[in-house]
Amino acid sequence: MASLGELERAVMDLLWAGREAATANTLRDLLAQSTVAQGGAAGHVGKDLAVTTVLTVLSRLEKKGLVERERGMRPHRYQAVSSREDHTAELMHEVLGSAPDREAVLARFIGSVTESEAETLRKLLGHS
Amino acid sequence: MFWTSYFLAVLAIVLAWPVPILLSRAHWPARDPFTAMLLWQAIGLAGGLSMIGAMLVYGLEPVGDNLIAGLRALAGMVFQNAPTTALGFWHLFALSAAALLTAHLVFTLLLTYYKIERQRRRHRELLALLASPSTDGTGTVVINHDSPVAYCLPGGARSVTVLSDGLMAALEPAELRAVLIHENAHLNQRHHLLLWAFAAWRQALPWLPTTRLAQEAVNSLIEMLADDVALKTESKATLIKAIAIVASGSAVPQAAPAIGRGELAGQGLQLPDGAGGSGSASTTASRVSRLLSPRAPLPAPLRAAVLAVCVLLLAMPTALLIVPGLLG
Repeated sequence: MASLGELERAVMDLLWAGREAATANTLRDLLAQSTVAQGGAAGHVGKDLAVTTVLTVLSRLEKKGLVERERGMRPHRYQAVSSREDHTAELMHEVLGSAPDREAVLARFIGSVTESEAETLRKLLGHS
Repeated sequence: MFWTSYFLAVLAIVLAWPVPILLSRAHWPARDPFTAMLLWQAIGLAGGLSMIGAMLVYGLEPVGDNLIAGLRALAGMVFQNAPTTALGFWHLFALSAAALLTAHLVFTLLLTYYKIERQRRRHRELLALLASPSTDGTGTVVINHDSPVAYCLPGGARSVTVLSDGLMAALEPAELRAVLIHENAHLNQRHHLLLWAFAAWRQALPWLPTTRLAQEAVNSLIEMLADDVALKTESKATLIKAIAIVASGSAVPQAAPAIGRGELAGQGLQLPDGAGGSGSASTTASRVSRLLSPRAPLPAPLRAAVLAVCVLLLAMPTALLIVPGLLG
């Protein structure tokens, strides 16, 4: 049985790939298919997967603010809050940005450098 | 008692202002970042201890010959309604200030920890969905982004080092190894604990020169320490090249931080000068110049002297506060 983390990842991959909102049932079927297609190589994501498990995963993702539910309609349909690219951009903004406490949150190999300093380093690189 | 509080107050002022300014201008920390790091920690701890101690000793002066007797008398007033007439206005003022400062420091330390942990958790959640595991080793993931970026996210067993596609494409295998060793050194040497403590120290007392200078110095010293670990296995040329490639690829236009700063100020948050962009820029410059023109490590006697100063800095206020009580 796949861990919840792996399932969250697989579900997000499906939601990011698909254009439309999907129900938990659709997602379960897609997960089962992807396991068959890959010959189970990518883990046992879709094997013996219950719809309730998919719903658990979806509610966890919803709590994390990654997935939203279309209300009023049953069964509920789920979609990604923003695209994979937007989330990557959000992460990189946190890494590259100049938030005051960023330095305490994560340690970058190189902090932000000014344009003139980068120029000096490029010259250095040209001569080495 | 009076002379003790007088001495502690002088020590607190000296450690809050002239000493950190001198140390931040000194050149020897680049020759021995480890010892310099110990000294900054000793300055921070001794500074806080003497600040609180001076007020406490002054406030308790009328009710006890030493700190322990004074605290016992104070406990009697607070818990057993003993008469408080011995304490004048300024004594009560000093005692309240000592209590408030202690609470403020502890509270800021905890709040900073909570904030940092929350950001890291969110970051880790997103990484788990966006990044793919790298072939370079466990705990290393690759994220799909063009800028050459490498960083580590501390978190005990869940610590993770993140590399971008852009970085993998720009660096040779040896350079990539140097970057990974550098980042792992941050995790192995628990640099995040130092960063947390000094970030909280600055957050608590932002107007004190020592807190800003100490945080900037510590940011730059941990980079030097991690560089030194990378130099044990990779050549100097490899490391310099890796730094230069990553730095030249991730440069930000100088206007950008200024806008960010304006926005922050608009929200009532203040980003002191030297934070973010310019602070880390000088770190990169000093790292590269340290690698290009290395200077001999600190001679053993000098190193021993600095270590002795560290011990003295911590021992002096502690002894002044506690020993009279134990002897009396």
